[in-house]
Formats: sequence, structure tokens, C-alpha cells
Amino acid sequence: MRYTLINLFYKVGSPLRQMVRRTMAFFRRLTRRIEDAVFRFFPWLAAIFTFGALLFLIGHILVNGIPYLRPSLFALKYNTENVSLLPALVTTVFMVLLSLLIAAPLGLFTAIYLVEYAKRGSRLVRLVRVTAETLSGIPSIVYGLFGSLFFVSWLGWGYSLLAGTLTLSIMILPLIMRTAEESLKAVPDTYREGSFGLGAGRLRTVFRIVLPAAAPGILAGVILAMGRIVGETAALIYTAGSVAQIPNSLLASGRTLAIHMYALSSEGLYTGQAYATAVVLLVLVVGINALSAALAKRIAKG
Amino acid sequence: MRAVFMVSALTSILAVALICLFLFANGIPAIGKIGLPEFILGREWSPSDTPPVFGIFPMILGSIYVTAGAVAIGVPIGIFTAVFMARICPRPIYRVLKPAVDLLAGIPSVIYGFFGMVTVVPLVRELFGGNGKSILSASVLLGLMILPTVIGITESAIRAVPEELYDGAVALGANHQRAVFRVLLPAAKSGVLAGVVLGIGRAIGETMAVIMVAGNQARMPAGILKGIRTLTANIVLEMGYAEGLHREALIATGVVLFVFILLINLSFSALRGRGEK
Amino acid sequence: MRNMLKFQLEDVQLWYNDFKALHGVNMDIEEKEITAFIGPSGCGKSTLLKCLNRMNDLVEGCRITGKLLLDGEDINATQDVNRLRRRVGMVFQKPNPFPMSIYDNIAFGPRTHGVTSRLKLDGIVEKALRDAAIWEETKDRLKKSALSLSGGQQQRLCIARALAVEPEVLLMDEPTSALDPISTSKIEELMADLKKKYTVVIVTHNMQQATRISDKTAFFLLGELIEYGETEQVFSMPKDQRCEDYITGRFG
Repeated sequence: MRYTLINLFYKVGSPLRQMVRRTMAFFRRLTRRIEDAVFRFFPWLAAIFTFGALLFLIGHILVNGIPYLRPSLFALKYNTENVSLLPALVTTVFMVLLSLLIAAPLGLFTAIYLVEYAKRGSRLVRLVRVTAETLSGIPSIVYGLFGSLFFVSWLGWGYSLLAGTLTLSIMILPLIMRTAEESLKAVPDTYREGSFGLGAGRLRTVFRIVLPAAAPGILAGVILAMGRIVGETAALIYTAGSVAQIPNSLLASGRTLAIHMYALSSEGLYTGQAYATAVVLLVLVVGINALSAALAKRIAKG
Repeated sequence: MRAVFMVSALTSILAVALICLFLFANGIPAIGKIGLPEFILGREWSPSDTPPVFGIFPMILGSIYVTAGAVAIGVPIGIFTAVFMARICPRPIYRVLKPAVDLLAGIPSVIYGFFGMVTVVPLVRELFGGNGKSILSASVLLGLMILPTVIGITESAIRAVPEELYDGAVALGANHQRAVFRVLLPAAKSGVLAGVVLGIGRAIGETMAVIMVAGNQARMPAGILKGIRTLTANIVLEMGYAEGLHREALIATGVVLFVFILLINLSFSALRGRGEK
Repeated sequence: MRNMLKFQLEDVQLWYNDFKALHGVNMDIEEKEITAFIGPSGCGKSTLLKCLNRMNDLVEGCRITGKLLLDGEDINATQDVNRLRRRVGMVFQKPNPFPMSIYDNIAFGPRTHGVTSRLKLDGIVEKALRDAAIWEETKDRLKKSALSLSGGQQQRLCIARALAVEPEVLLMDEPTSALDPISTSKIEELMADLKKKYTVVIVTHNMQQATRISDKTAFFLLGELIEYGETEQVFSMPKDQRCEDYITGRFG
């Protein structure tokens, strides 16, 4: 009885199992073909999409904005009839200069400390790195919130250029620190050794040998930070405010170009001018980033 | 002079301390007054009611949905593009594509938001009806915004994989694509993950672009084609005129956001630390 | 005629964290001679060289005991390490000119130690380049970048740079190992001249070089000074079996 069952199992089972194996092989080949096709074509599709999206975005803004780029848009004063962007532009320039004035030295000196002076693995170094990484992860609106609470309210400065500048300085500090640190680390140790061997102290070595060699990279980082400042909005709405005039003092309020653009587009009445402002903003940011990239390439060349 | 440098290093520590201090000091009492479960899990946000209700659960969901959508769109496209750039792209195309991606990274969020408002929203409106300002629009826009982040880091990660692995795979008979996707990409796993996490961070923290395309209705999500409000939007939209407990509730929203992001970063560092072992 | 002792080393021991790199070195280095340190890789010869101008101070976790006297004074006791390094110059294995002009490279040392007068610096630069036998090749391109020179020229530039601060001692850590044979012989010729004015200590793993140029040779193995004496004697009749094995190439 058992013998015949086993016999049966093999007689029927064998072609059955062969069929199963053949179908499985078929599906394996099928999935392999699909996989191959996906691996072959999707990267191209994705790249085309990415590039296309960029072209579309820039093209759309340029096409719709350039017609509205009239000299009147650059008038000295803003009023509801002529939504000039010049006051915002000037405010932006102020903001960039002041923020960099504060953040660049701080970031650079911190990087110098971390790379040239600190003992490896010291607690201070680790703490600084952790806090810098935390800072770089904080969303800009939270910076705006903090700036509003601390500078505007607690210190009582109100919506002001100063509040906005200091908020931005904290925001770009980690960026400058990181790029400066990388640039300093990229300077070969042999330069430092040579300098020490000649009897130069650490300070002189840093300022005369290391810093000049690291300068292009540091500069590239500073310029990158500039680009970030120009594009920033959420951190400034409640710190520097959105008054559409050129601030006449550090405690005066003023809107940057990015905020101006947002205001125009959300008011819904000035779509054309919003496009034009977007063009100016885009050109500014793209120009700044291109400058930074060109500098970075110069270092890579040697 | 060394002291000067050391003091500079202290500023970042000081900044974080101050930020934590002010945010928590102003936000935690509010959570206390409202009640933690009522705040975090409350499904209604009506600050102008009497009595006012401050539940941010709708916004939490809003942020999560929009971020998830952005990741669903941006990560696959980003990874495929990164693979393209690192391993498939001919040199002349790379010379154009790389600056293009860097350009995408530098575009301010207001411009993205504006672009989304005038392009994506009307498109969604036409294709699917409704207002157009929706979770879908926000996801698409944010997905585009996190592309450069994901691409940049993933590309570096792929390039960092030693060539020997590729050679080994090819020597075993794998074709180019298979070697790249089945060997190189998994080897670059931790880098890719880093890019994804960074992208998530960017998406959750995005404010301006989102408020221009997401509708900003402060209620529980009602469908992918309906509008929602994110945590970030909540803060920026009402901060201008809020007072008293309302204002404190907004600060508390900022605290929740801050803690969210800290948790993401911490878990990521922990993952990375474990992976390296 | 017996020369004065420039360096006197007494029971010098050195640790890198827990690793003991030098085990009680005792030696005297005479002035205005070329002393060569030889030995297999990792035997401590470069480490000892770097003790002589306290370059090991830059290494974290490095500890030294014992006496290291320069002209009778303990160099580890003094606070002013920069002054020490002015008196004891160093040339490194790989040429490391600064990314500046040839002129500025040479002038860096003197400027560090206070020389500001343009006239004086011009004179110092010319003298240093002449002493390093590279004046003719560089006098017309002083303002050009030092990185535009060939490897051998860069090394001679580094020698000139070290000479510009008017040291008493010149330490050379395998100065020709990265150079082609022609540059090597040019530098060896130079060293024969240098010893008239300076005390030279050279680390080399090229034994033929040691026999060609040095007056005294010290053989190191695993952080210990095994044999030390007149070069001719060390190479023709070594007293220690291990030294003989190294010299005859039994190990390297």
C-alpha cells in the first residue's frame, strides 16, 4: 500500500515538480528582465526629470518675469502703486554684510580652534561639534521664533535689522564653521611642520601659512552662506519685520528681497511684479552660488 | 590668542543653550496649561473659540503626511538620478547636470513656493478637481525640493565605494547595471540613508514653500486632494497676531518641532554609530 | 684635533603613549661633522632626530626622559622652543616648500625672528640660496612660486630656507630618499660643503650614502643605539654582530 503511494507520488509528482520548476524559472527570468529594464532606464528618466524640472522652473520664472522688469521696479520708494523692490534689495545687502561681519570671524575662529589648537577628542571639541550639528538641523522658522522671543521681545529691540541680523548669524554659523574647518584640514601638515621647524610659533604658522592656503575654501563657504541669507524668509518675518522701506538705523525694521517676493505673491494683486522680483532674486542667488563654486574649483585645481 | 579662539568656539554652545532656554521656558508652561495629551493629541485647533482649543494633532499629521509624500517622490527619483550621475552619465552630460543639481539646491524656498503656487496647484486642480492646494501639491513640491539633498549625498556615497567591489561583481558576470544596483548601491547604504534623513529634516522644517501650496486648513487631514496645515505653517501663519496663551501655544508648537528634529537626528546618529561597528 | 661636543645625550628614553620607542640612548655628537643615523625601518632613528629640535613636542602622547644637552644646556628644560628651532634647523624627507614665492619661502624664517628690513632680507635670501648651491638657478625667478621648481630643486630650496635663519645644526631626515640620483648627488656635494660651517645630523636608510658623506655613523635597532663610531670603522669592522648583519644586507 505504502509502496504504491510512494510510486504514485513519484510518477505524478515528478512531472508536476518539473512544471513548477519551469514556471519558477520563467518568473525568475521575467523579474530579471524587468529588473534589468528598470536599472537601465530609470536612471535616465530620473535624471531627465530632475534636469527638466530645473529648466522648467527657471524658464517659467524668467519667461513670466522678464517682461515686468522695468526701471520703475527699482524706484527708491515703495508704494502700493509701484511695488518697487529697491528698498528690499538694499535691506538685503545690509543684512548680508552685517550677518557675515558677525558670523564669519566667529565661525573662522572656532574652526581654527578646532583644527589647530584643540586636543583631539577633548570634551570641548565634542560639545562644540554636537551643538554645531544641532544648530544646522534647526528649521528656519524655529530660528525665527527664537529670534522673536529673544531679540525682539526679551531684549526689547522690536522688529529690527539688528534682530534679523543676529538671528541669521546664528543660523549660518554652522555652515561657515564646517567649510572653514574642511578648508583648514585640507592644508597639508607638511606646511605646518616646515613652519615649526623654522622656529615659528603656532599663531604665526596659522596666520601666515595655513590661513592663506585655506583662504579660497573659506571664502567659498562664506559666499555660500551669503546665498543662504539672501534666500531666507521664515527666520526674518518675525525678527526683521516686513516694512517695505530702507531701514535708517539698526533698530529699524525692513524687509528683504525674499520677504518682499513672498508678500507680493501672497497679496495676489501683483503677480507680474512677483515674477519680476523672483527673477531678480533668482539671478542674485544663482550668481552668488556660481561664484562660490568657481572659487571651490580653483582650490581643487591646486 | 588661543583664548580668543576658544571663546569663539563657545558661541555655538551658547547659542544652542539660549535657543533651548527661550523656547522651552516660553513653550513648556503653555503645554502645562493646556495639558500635554490635549495639546499633542487634540484634534481641534481653534484659538479664537471661547474657550480656545489648542490641539496640534492635525498639524502633526499634516507634517508627517507631507513629509512622507515628499520622501516617496523625492527619494526614488533622487537615488536613481544619483546613480545616473555617479555611474552612468557620460562626462559632458555630468558637467551640465552637476551644476544643475547644485543650482536646485540653492534656490530659495519662496521661489519654490511661488513656482508651486502658479504651476503645481493649477495642474492638480485641473487633473483632479478641487482647490488644488493639497497634500498632493505639497508633497510634489517638497519632493522636488529635497531632490538636490538626496542626490548630493547619495552620489558622494556611491562614488566612495571602492572600485574593487564593482570589479568583483563584473568579474562574476554581472552586467553594468546589475553591478551598480545590486552591489554598489547596497554598499553605499549608510550614505544613502544619511541623505534620506537629511531630506526628511529639510522637508519637515520647510515653511514658506508649504504655506503657498498646502491650503493651511487647521483640521484633520481629509484626503490627499484636500488641504492641510503643517507644524511650521501653524507657527508662521498666526505668530503675527497671536497673544497670551495662543502665542505660547505657537511657541510650544515650535518646541514640538524642535524635539521632533532632535529625535530624528539622534536616532540617525545612533543608527550610524551602530552600523559602523 | 678634537672638535667640541655639540649634542650630549644621556639615557634618552621616549614613549609614544605606551609604546617605548627609544631605550636609553647615550651618545655625543661632535660639531662641524656629519653624523649619520642608520638602521632598518622603525628602529627609532627619525624619532631620535626629532628629539634634537623638539619636533616630538607636536606629537600627542609623547614622553621623553633623560638628558639632551645642546652646548651643555638641557634643551627640554627651556621654555623657548622656537629659539631652539632657530639654532637647530630641519630638512624633511619630502620637500615641503610653502605655497609662496621662492623669496618669501626663504624670508619666512628671518621674518619670524624679527628681520624686517628689505635690504637685509635680500642679502639673507641671496646668501642662503648660494649656500644651498641653488642661487644660479633661482636668482631670476625669486618672485615665482616655489612649487614651480623640480623636486630636487625644491629640496635644495628647503635647505636654503633652513640655512636662512643661521642655525648651528642642520638635521636632515632622509633628505634625498624622494629624489632622483642626479639631485641626490648634488645634495650630497652640498652637504660636504655644509659641514664646514654647520653640524649636520642625517638620517638615511641608504648605507652607501652614509659611507659617502658621513664622518661618524650610529646604527640603531629597535630603539637602541647598537654601534657608534667613525664611519670607516663601523662599516669595515663593526663591533656588534647585528650591525654587521645589517650592513651586509642579512636583514633590512
